Amino acid sequence: MRDTKQNGLSASLEFSKEGLQSLTEIAQQIRRDIVGMIGNAKTGHLGPSLSCVEVLVSLYFDRMNHRPHNPTWSDRDRLVLCKGHAAPALYATLAHAGYFDQKTLLSLRKTGSLLQGHPARVTPGVDISTGSLGQGLSIANGMALAARLDGKEYRVFAITGDGECDEGQIWEAAMTASHLGLSNVTAIIDRNGVQSDDATERIKKKEPLDRKWRSFGWQVLEIDGHNFIQIHHSFDVAEWTTDRPTVIIARTVKGKGLSFLEGDANSHNASFSKEDLDWAMEELRQPQLDT
Amino acid sequence: MPSLRKELGNVLVELGKQHKNLVVITGDLGRSTGVSAFEVYPERYFNLGISEQDIIGTAAGLASAGKIPLVSTYAIFLAGRAWEQIRNSVARDGLNVKMIATHSGISPSADGSSHQCFEDIALVRTIPGTTLVLPADISEMRAAVRAAVETPGPFYIRLGRGEIPQIFNDRNGFQIGKARRISDGSDVGIIAAGFLVAEAIEAEALLKKEGISASVVDMHTVKPADVRMIDEIAAVTGAIVTVEDHNILGGLGSTVAEIVCRDKPVRIEMVGIHDRFGESGDLRELMEIHGLTAHHIADAAKKVMKLKENSAVKGGGVA
Repeated sequence: MRDTKQNGLSASLEFSKEGLQSLTEIAQQIRRDIVGMIGNAKTGHLGPSLSCVEVLVSLYFDRMNHRPHNPTWSDRDRLVLCKGHAAPALYATLAHAGYFDQKTLLSLRKTGSLLQGHPARVTPGVDISTGSLGQGLSIANGMALAARLDGKEYRVFAITGDGECDEGQIWEAAMTASHLGLSNVTAIIDRNGVQSDDATERIKKKEPLDRKWRSFGWQVLEIDGHNFIQIHHSFDVAEWTTDRPTVIIARTVKGKGLSFLEGDANSHNASFSKEDLDWAMEELRQPQLDT
Repeated sequence: MPSLRKELGNVLVELGKQHKNLVVITGDLGRSTGVSAFEVYPERYFNLGISEQDIIGTAAGLASAGKIPLVSTYAIFLAGRAWEQIRNSVARDGLNVKMIATHSGISPSADGSSHQCFEDIALVRTIPGTTLVLPADISEMRAAVRAAVETPGPFYIRLGRGEIPQIFNDRNGFQIGKARRISDGSDVGIIAAGFLVAEAIEAEALLKKEGISASVVDMHTVKPADVRMIDEIAAVTGAIVTVEDHNILGGLGSTVAEIVCRDKPVRIEMVGIHDRFGESGDLRELMEIHGLTAHHIADAAKKVMKLKENSAVKGGGVA
């Protein structure tokens, strides 16, 4: 049995309607926070932050063993946000989980802020500073190796982008994790199909992405990255697999939650008008009945 | 002369016994660097293959979880290939990663220019929070590696290959950040680091025969530099030669020049690689061609002394 999760959910939850609704509502709140903090900062990566919300909510409210009031607890599960530009999503999730005050979210990217543009260790709940794509999976491997050396049971989760799979170091790390049988590493690829300039397949073909990872010795699971039941089940399968690491290719939509952004490359790092953001907040206020 | 590979292996095995959190990682060069001796602790030795960026990232992860990862491979691949990983994954968080770079400078000799790294001092010193040491001999190598393992933060230790000189006998003479005064002399200062300290000592003897007295300093710690020593040498001698197996752009010479220009401007002549790539050859022959021997140092000393004289005569310089 895991440590207490937020809102009374437990890790062995067989999704009740209430449990699912709870996670869905949290995701909605987090999307509002993301829009709010990026709008307030007038800078930040809106599209890529919105696409990985369900994965983050699932991790922090339904999966990871962690203690918001003791961020350095040595047996905690770790998260490496390899796609560091999704920091707003991580920050909103950490705030909701109780790592720091929600008011802090409005200081995103401002001078002297606890919330840097890309994750930094100064933020309670952030285990490693990231931001430079391709580097985080190696770091996750190192953490997992430390757990093994210490005979500890904590797991390490790494959220990468799909554009990030362009980086050679990702594949070096993939080989290392497979070679060393690091089954306590679970990677999640936020497969939103779009990178900074254009669709991923128009820049550098990633497909067949599943076959690539499988050939590198990973177990590959493909899910709808906005579906809490599928996310939950894939984490279960990853945990039950003890001979190799698992990668979850989470098919997502860049800008998910905002109809005018969904799937748009321009949502990567663009500035949005006040009208756009007001509209976004309106849209996010509508209750979500399913994921 | 002792074998660097063997001696490095020895010190790591000793440290591995005392420090249970020490983990050694190499990139398929365990035998070449000598760190494969650590295989006596098989659960703590990792050969991650020819993947320097992955190795540094893995080390960062290990360090974040309380381990002391020591990474070793050739200087060009460590500081070169994995520079951004050192900067972004290790140094920004001040992680406890120890980097032992072997085969630095001209030491790869026959391997040629692809392997001869003349840039790593410049690359590493411009990353905030790093400690950068160039041991001159075997006793300094042992002391530096031990100090690196036992002091928190990112460390970069620059070594050559092959044989390593034995210059110093005192075990306690090495202290990070404290340059070593080898001789006293007021005509010229010779500030050297790494295996060329041996050449600097020979140069001092050559100069003595011509009645020139030189202060030779072993500036093993390039970062943090011993500012007090540099200022003192400038004040006492008024003319400095810097000596490094590295590009004269951005390395030890530049470090000394930055401090001297700020505190006590004097003439400086830099012995090192004059902004060019290396080439294959015999080590001693390459050192001759590229100006890294005792007589080059002695010539540089006489040249900078002449410049000092001329400034004094013209009345415009600082003696």
